[in-house]
Amino acid sequence: MMNNKKKLRSYREFLYILPFLILVAVFSYYPLYGWIYAFFDYRPPRPFSFDDFQGLKWFKYLVDNPIRLEQTLLVMRNTFAMSGLSILTSWLPMIFAIFLNEIKCMPFRKAVQTITTLPNFVSWVLVFSIAYNLLSSNGMANSMLMKVGIIDQPILFLQSSKHVWSTMWLWGTWKSLGWSAIMYIAAISGIDEELYEAARVDGATRMQLIWHITIPSILPTYTVLLMLSISNFLSNGMEQYFVFQNSFNKEAIQVLDLYVYNLAMGSGSYSVSTALSMLKSVVSIVLLCVANKLAKLVRGESFM
Amino acid sequence: MKEKSRKVKMKRSVGDYAISVITYIVYALFALVCAYPFYYIFVNTISANDLSDKGKILFWPQGVHFTNYVNAIQIPGLLQAAKISVARTFIGTALTVLMAAFLGYMFTRETMWKRKLWYRFIILTMYFNAGIIPWYITMRNLHLTNNFLAYVLPALVSPFNVILVKTYVESTPRELQDAAEIDGAGTLRVFASVVLPIIKPILATVAIFTAVGQWNSFQDTLLLMTDTKLHTLQFVLYQYINQANSLASLLTSNAGSDAIQQALSTAQTATSVRMTVTIIVVTPILLVYPFFQRFFVKGIMIGAVKG
Repeated sequence: MMNNKKKLRSYREFLYILPFLILVAVFSYYPLYGWIYAFFDYRPPRPFSFDDFQGLKWFKYLVDNPIRLEQTLLVMRNTFAMSGLSILTSWLPMIFAIFLNEIKCMPFRKAVQTITTLPNFVSWVLVFSIAYNLLSSNGMANSMLMKVGIIDQPILFLQSSKHVWSTMWLWGTWKSLGWSAIMYIAAISGIDEELYEAARVDGATRMQLIWHITIPSILPTYTVLLMLSISNFLSNGMEQYFVFQNSFNKEAIQVLDLYVYNLAMGSGSYSVSTALSMLKSVVSIVLLCVANKLAKLVRGESFM
Repeated sequence: MKEKSRKVKMKRSVGDYAISVITYIVYALFALVCAYPFYYIFVNTISANDLSDKGKILFWPQGVHFTNYVNAIQIPGLLQAAKISVARTFIGTALTVLMAAFLGYMFTRETMWKRKLWYRFIILTMYFNAGIIPWYITMRNLHLTNNFLAYVLPALVSPFNVILVKTYVESTPRELQDAAEIDGAGTLRVFASVVLPIIKPILATVAIFTAVGQWNSFQDTLLLMTDTKLHTLQFVLYQYINQANSLASLLTSNAGSDAIQQALSTAQTATSVRMTVTIIVVTPILLVYPFFQRFFVKGIMIGAVKG
């Protein structure tokens, strides 16, 4: 009798969450079924039909003629460049946190922290708007340069195909540096103060304290975050590049995620786009597993 | 000997002093770089429009007026977009927080049938993504294109939020729930009268993250909404920037002779519209962020431990 009641309750509790499981199934798992479009010829508004089986045609399509191969390689090059730049500079937030911690004037430190984390919470559209307002022909940058007399014609910064990678990196860093540093600030505040005391008694300088105590203590945090960013190597996201793209910089700005979008929404190639995003997902999951294993080796603890 | 040690100390403090000065300067500069763009756009919106259109306003406002904000209501589509943005932020946040609270609590119930399996079923979704097209077609099949529900439903169950709440519930004393159950309270009753009141701090964190996400969301409008009535502020801002010139001509033709009579300093220009809308879109974030900073920090820390 008692047992039955318990069982009933355990099923009832399951029923309470069932609607949400269905939501997750519909919005997260069901779309995976759409990967079959990669093997068929699907061109809306024509309805999808199982008679149009194409095998691996769309996967080969990405590389089967020199022009398309070149396009694919160009996209890969941009993806690698953007992700590579951010991985190469992934130590910046750590340094930011370390030296911020050296500031002893609390109001200044608090103010810097608040102001520099703020850009992380504005959308990419707003960042683009800010960039546009600062860099357009009547914007702040051109006005200043012309006032000083360095140039007499406005420079069209945003309509240029030059330095796209580095400017995209700059905006990304502007947006996220302060926020990414927070993890390290917390890690630093967790370091045992006695370690510093002991080292100071031994006559260590500030730089020595940082080098021999602070950095080794927060290096595990860095490793994990680095592994995570490696597993996201192919996923730059599309929003930043979408808002900044125009016909002048398209060659250099089109990363994988944006290319997937442009293929589908720009040229209506639903099947090719699906094939590409499917490849990307598979590679990303492999990368994630590898990174997870690596983190386990380094820290003795995985992050998944 | 003593002399030497003093010398070393002197040297060290000079080095330390130099580091301090450089650190202060670098951080002050970076803070300035983060803050100035917002300030620049703001002073331009309250300065004479003809001056700001020529890029004459760099540091101090000139010819201060607030007509840009008064006239913002006439900008085509802006009011409707503001309504949609506010609606999705409030409705989406309220529902997401409630669902996160409920699910986070339910997954601490060891009595639930196959609890661990369902928990993994939800958490697993953090690690894969079907891609834009399959998602878009799913949404179309569900008739969620050009439908306000598309802003709310897909974000309802977020694995990250469920982890946050579950961890928090587990850290609260279990005796409270047990006591209520002995008094005869059922699963739902325990949730409503025992758990919900004590998990408010974590719900605040979830709420603030969700609200910022909803307010900033752009991609769903881009993919799903062709009906201009459902466009959000982020989306119309993007359109205003890209159609800067056509917008200016639209405004002049709309206003017709009125515009000519209006003083040049207050007539809307493409620049003034762009900047005013930017400030309108960014203001909620600027107002909310400093007060809720600690919630943001807490959220990322708990997420880092568990995620």
